[in-house]
Amino acid sequence: MSQPIVHFDDVRKSYQMGPNTVEALRGISFKVMPGEFISIMGPSGCGKSTLLNLLGCLDRPSSGHYFLGGDDVSRMEDDLLSMVRGARLGFIFQSYNLIQQLSVVENIEVPLYYRDEPEEKSRARAIKLAHLVGLGDRIDHKPFELSGGQQQRVAIARALVNDPLVILADEPTGNLDSKSGREILEVFKDLHHQGKTLILVTHDSNVAQLADRAIRLKDGNIESDVRK
Amino acid sequence: MSANNLQQHALVAPGWSFLRLKRAVRLGLKSLWLHRLRSLLTVLGIVFGVCSVIAMLAIGEGASFEAQERIKNLGSQNIIIRSTKPPEEQKISDKGSTSYVLQYGLTYKDVTRIRSTIPGVTVLLPSRIMRDYVWNISRRFDAEIVGTVPWYPSLRNHRVAAGRFFAEADMETKANVCVLGSEMSRALFPLDQPLGKDIRVGAAYYRVIGIMEPRAKGPKDAGAGDRNRAGADQMFIPLETARDRYGETLIKQRSGSTEAERVELHEVTVKANSPEQVQSVAEAVRQVLEHSHKKKDYDIVVPLELLKEAERTKRNFNIVLGSIAAISLLVGGIGIMNIMLASVTERTREIGIRRALGARRRDIVVQFLVETVMLSGAGGILGVLLGITIPYVVSHFGEMRTIVTYWAPLLAFTISGLVGIVFGIYPALRAAQMDPVEALRHE
Repeated sequence: MSQPIVHFDDVRKSYQMGPNTVEALRGISFKVMPGEFISIMGPSGCGKSTLLNLLGCLDRPSSGHYFLGGDDVSRMEDDLLSMVRGARLGFIFQSYNLIQQLSVVENIEVPLYYRDEPEEKSRARAIKLAHLVGLGDRIDHKPFELSGGQQQRVAIARALVNDPLVILADEPTGNLDSKSGREILEVFKDLHHQGKTLILVTHDSNVAQLADRAIRLKDGNIESDVRK
Repeated sequence: MSANNLQQHALVAPGWSFLRLKRAVRLGLKSLWLHRLRSLLTVLGIVFGVCSVIAMLAIGEGASFEAQERIKNLGSQNIIIRSTKPPEEQKISDKGSTSYVLQYGLTYKDVTRIRSTIPGVTVLLPSRIMRDYVWNISRRFDAEIVGTVPWYPSLRNHRVAAGRFFAEADMETKANVCVLGSEMSRALFPLDQPLGKDIRVGAAYYRVIGIMEPRAKGPKDAGAGDRNRAGADQMFIPLETARDRYGETLIKQRSGSTEAERVELHEVTVKANSPEQVQSVAEAVRQVLEHSHKKKDYDIVVPLELLKEAERTKRNFNIVLGSIAAISLLVGGIGIMNIMLASVTERTREIGIRRALGARRRDIVVQFLVETVMLSGAGGILGVLLGITIPYVVSHFGEMRTIVTYWAPLLAFTISGLVGIVFGIYPALRAAQMDPVEALRHE
């Protein structure tokens, strides 16, 4: 029996907004096993973004524990947390978030850059991934020379380059036309078949249907957790 | 999880490496290149700061070097006493009474007194200075005729370029020989060799036996009146000859009146045995002369004191220059900081992305700091190049001596680098302190 990759144990997160304390997450517990493809859905204000920030180690919970790859990251100091992000997580954002002054291949390399991979090795890996997402002929282009769908492919390649434990995607098709969106979702399906662990946050139920497990949030709590 | 997986996802803190720095530099270059014009304008502040520092120091150094050179020409162990017309006597003579003979200045008795009462004095160099026209057939030169002793050249660091200076024997025989200043010899003998030729002063002829070397150029001899210029237009004759020819009374003819002055010696140079004794000998000379002269009809010049004064002036000058330099570099630094703060705000999103992808705070600090240091470093290099060129151009076209000391560019460059670090730290820290969640949300 393999260990869960992600383990949330009664995680709470509250923010101080002026005099009021806003409770964004009110005690969330769930586990993610290797190879799972999970969608997280819910209306706006349900705590989706907060949950994603916590999952992505960009923020720390107010209470409770978060184990990522067996390590408790909920109390880790900032530098270690950066390393966790660089070594164990892959991010895909709605607005691609590529670095404008870098070329396609350099953008893909960024996570390796902060892990001190030898240059030739990381360059070779980035080129391989660019080919994998169908951008083998554009490796020296800058992001502004690419279409939205192509930019999102670069972002996917970047999320794969460090071979993460889990890939977090935040509305990956939100900024794309339906054709490009479908193509990107095909890529996700492929990744799932290759055994990657994916967590996809979306409000689009069509997108959520791809996943084999759907978590619904409401008012900071898990409303439902359904496996297909 | 497999063992392989564990190892791959192990959290190993990367240390500092050359690779990291190289990447940071390459990344910085890319970012700076993206905003070429902005980077250039930012750099200009530092360029002008650094280049003005070097140029100003070079000009200041050159000027003070010339002043010191001129003072050194007077001899650093020397004390020079000159006869001056006392102010009240000047008034009387201005009234133009025709029969009045003005008597003032140093006397032969003074020389004897100094020699006998002050220890630690080796040589005394008395001289009489007259102004007259010197003729070579039809060529005329308005010269200062200096009657002096044979050891003048060694005492005043003024060497003979050709021929010889007159000797003891010439003094004793009151020989009609002379040594010409370099400019004067060129003016009187533009085509042929002056050595061995005769020149005429008044009714007397003198044979040219030597020519002096040219002296350091300057508008005025340091500490001296315009009477004793740098020495290019001087003609030297033996003191005894001068006494014999001119007597003690000089008669000047002015419009409508004749003016007579009696001055035994115009100038006496006293040489102390060692540099340490200069001050005390100068003091002793002062006292001896105060005692025997009722009126202040002499003037004491101590080149060593002038030299010290010049050094003090130079130090003050350097402090002023340093402050100006510091201010201009400060302004440049503020310019850099301003741009970097703008750049940090503009690149908030990029910072968020990098943080999400594994960059630690210190990676962000290094990235921005490297950019700032590269900006100020490039400014420093350009400034040094320009700062070395400007003094060269100035001395080439402005006939002004400039000296670029090796430490001036070094200092300016170091300071510009420090400016980059000091003014880069705050923007870099601000970039690093950003919350990655906030930064990613930034539009």
